[in-house]
Amino acid sequence: MKKFLLSILTAVLFLSACSSGDDNEEQVTGKDAFDRKGMLINIADNIVMPAYHNFASDMAVLKTTTADFVASANVNTLLNLRSAWSEAYITWQTVSMYEIGKAEELSYRNFMNVYPTNTTGIEANISAGSYDLTTVSQQDEQGFAALDYLINGLSDTNTGTIEFYVDSSDGAKYKKYLTDLVERMDILTTTVVADWTNGYRDTFVANNGSSATSSLDKLVNDFIFHYEKHLRAGKIGIPAGVFTTETFDNKVEAFYKGDLSKTLFNANLSAMQDLFNGKHYASTTTGASFSSYLDFLNTIKNGEDLSQIINDQFDLSRSKASSLNEDFSDQVKTNNTPMLETFDELQKNVVFLKVDMLQAFSVRVDFVDADGD
Amino acid sequence: MKLHLKKYFKNNTEAAPLAVFRVFFGIMMFLSVVRFWSYGWIEKLYVQPKFFFSYYGFEFVQPIGHLTYVIFALCGLSAIFVALGYKYRLAILLFFLSFTYIELMDKTTYLNHYYFISVLSFLMIFLPANAYYSFDAKRKGISFQKIPQWTIDSIKLLLIIVYLYAGLAKLNSDWLVNAMPLKIWLPSKYDIPVLGYLMHQEWIHYFFSYSGAIYDLSIPFLLMYKRTRVFAFMLVVIFHILTRVLFPIGMFPYVMIVSTLVFFDSNFHHRVLKVLSRIFRIRKHFFDSGKTLKFKPRQKEIVLSFLSLFFVIQLFLPFRYLLYPGELFWTEEGYRFSWRVMLMEKAGYANFKIVDGKTGKRFYVDNDDFLTSFQQKQMATQPDFILQYAHFLKEHFENDGHQNVEVYVESYVALNGRLSSQYIDPTVDLGKQKESFKHKNWIIPFKDEIKGL
Repeated sequence: MKKFLLSILTAVLFLSACSSGDDNEEQVTGKDAFDRKGMLINIADNIVMPAYHNFASDMAVLKTTTADFVASANVNTLLNLRSAWSEAYITWQTVSMYEIGKAEELSYRNFMNVYPTNTTGIEANISAGSYDLTTVSQQDEQGFAALDYLINGLSDTNTGTIEFYVDSSDGAKYKKYLTDLVERMDILTTTVVADWTNGYRDTFVANNGSSATSSLDKLVNDFIFHYEKHLRAGKIGIPAGVFTTETFDNKVEAFYKGDLSKTLFNANLSAMQDLFNGKHYASTTTGASFSSYLDFLNTIKNGEDLSQIINDQFDLSRSKASSLNEDFSDQVKTNNTPMLETFDELQKNVVFLKVDMLQAFSVRVDFVDADGD
Repeated sequence: MKLHLKKYFKNNTEAAPLAVFRVFFGIMMFLSVVRFWSYGWIEKLYVQPKFFFSYYGFEFVQPIGHLTYVIFALCGLSAIFVALGYKYRLAILLFFLSFTYIELMDKTTYLNHYYFISVLSFLMIFLPANAYYSFDAKRKGISFQKIPQWTIDSIKLLLIIVYLYAGLAKLNSDWLVNAMPLKIWLPSKYDIPVLGYLMHQEWIHYFFSYSGAIYDLSIPFLLMYKRTRVFAFMLVVIFHILTRVLFPIGMFPYVMIVSTLVFFDSNFHHRVLKVLSRIFRIRKHFFDSGKTLKFKPRQKEIVLSFLSLFFVIQLFLPFRYLLYPGELFWTEEGYRFSWRVMLMEKAGYANFKIVDGKTGKRFYVDNDDFLTSFQQKQMATQPDFILQYAHFLKEHFENDGHQNVEVYVESYVALNGRLSSQYIDPTVDLGKQKESFKHKNWIIPFKDEIKGL
């Protein structure tokens, strides 16, 4: 009897010791035939951090050109500011999907790039001269889209735009708002980048378990979420009226700039595919990635070549989008069909990523009891 | 044979195993409720969602906002009363009703384990589990040390059915030939202590598949015979510990480990009760009255016929899938309530399209607006969920003022590592389809074949 109770007790103790990993971050003791940690290192060191550093320096340029424009608003400084904004906006597409760590905590993406922007709110802020850009209710009045309005949307002409900033009564207010927006984006960016540099990178790499809070699970979920919500729906689906009965040519990214929306879309699509393939930032070298992990798992189950299927679908989406107008707004107004067709191609990869890839990775969506039936 | 049966139903046995079972069952259930509550799952699963998936015919069973907590409290409280054996009949009835109500609120959370608890607690309503070592016995001043043999055997029979059917369900080509879905699940468990490094080994996937099937099929018999019982119980402990470590199945392993103790003979249970008595200063000898509980003939006849019917249903229900065409794992028609545990890794994606039947104008639904991620996951792979959700969407958008609402779904499902393929006929207006027990002919047939039971 005693032996009996003892064995049960031991069993229960063993059980709780082993299963504690459900709720906590866990440390890895077992060997792993696929080097998951290596994959996280590759993603952190060769993709995420270089992209962030590049973006941070673009933000620095944006900040300088803004200061130049504010100091002396003329066609020259305006054009410099616009090109710095475009550059930064394109680079933003390579970091926007990492809503993880500090970025998640700060709700970085929502403060950087909500579109369409709220022009009435912006004008109200400018004329009031006081506002709290850190509140969630002010997300529509800041970020790239708000800047778009301030430097591309105020007037059709350069001189017309400049007049807003040199106006004797309101010019200073416009300058202040422009400066504050750029300053806020820069602070957010430096905070996120500093966190990656000062410790988060190691946390990210070390959290290589298989719980719902592990880096891989979070990254995969972020990847799919971004693909579905921000790339597929935000950039194409919503303007094309996929989720509504009418189209919205004003809901494209970089609406006031106009001819940048396709460039931004392509930049984001490529960044997503490169992350999938573990392609080093601004290089052709590749390392361990979702793609190679899928290939590894496939050697166990001998299934279809999923990484190839997903890559093919990325390529199909890109080639379908190549026929689109540089300005998606124009495209929606003149002929929405190619937009819908592009959406359909993007949609097909949602299935491969969300169904097939998630299944292969056996990533858990939620922590609830489930027995797989 | 008839004489044999007649004699069997006259046999009496010690009541201790049933009393021990009652105590442990009550405690386990109470802990389950506490655990569920403490994880915030009541809020997350039954209070926050805007929409709940009902079982066909039980649409009236719905969460009742924050009062849902009261149902859980009732469930936990009645579990304690069951353990104590205080007002047992009422307590077990309340437990069965509250627990089953909880399970019926949303089939998203369906687990065979929960169904097992419902069925078991239903059975226990009819058993004299409070005859011995209970507050009821103390209160009434009469304790029965012996009870009819068949009362304890009915619990054993239920356990045998659970294991045996779970084992039979594993005899299919995905499980035995492809080691699926373990080939998908185990590699992701590379980080568990000690065993982690084994999880990528193909032989381990096969070893687990085969030993799992053999375990389920043989354990009822190993438990029944005295000679193999201790060995069998060790297997039970090892098996359920492993499942607990590898999979998120909550309290179930503990419940099963404790339940199988009912197979042990009464000496063991008396010793357990002695330990309990020492700890809680209970005078055990009061209960050891030597008296035998006898059912009134009429009462016995009713209970026995009722339980016979109950077990006949239990035996046949899992085979109802044979009445449906198509692959069971794919259509899931007749899948639930059949002890098919951990057989499938199924993932899906369902994109609903609302079309104005007259103008052809269309738009897609964002499922996040209506369902939790857990509900979406379950919905996408099960046709009855898809249909109920489609009906909900139709009603929702009609109330929003949309005209001629037709509901279509573009859905894809991947089963046990096969590449995803289209699941529901995208040209069928689901708004027009009715729920019934009939085959849903708008499910696109499975492209592959899974052989076996």
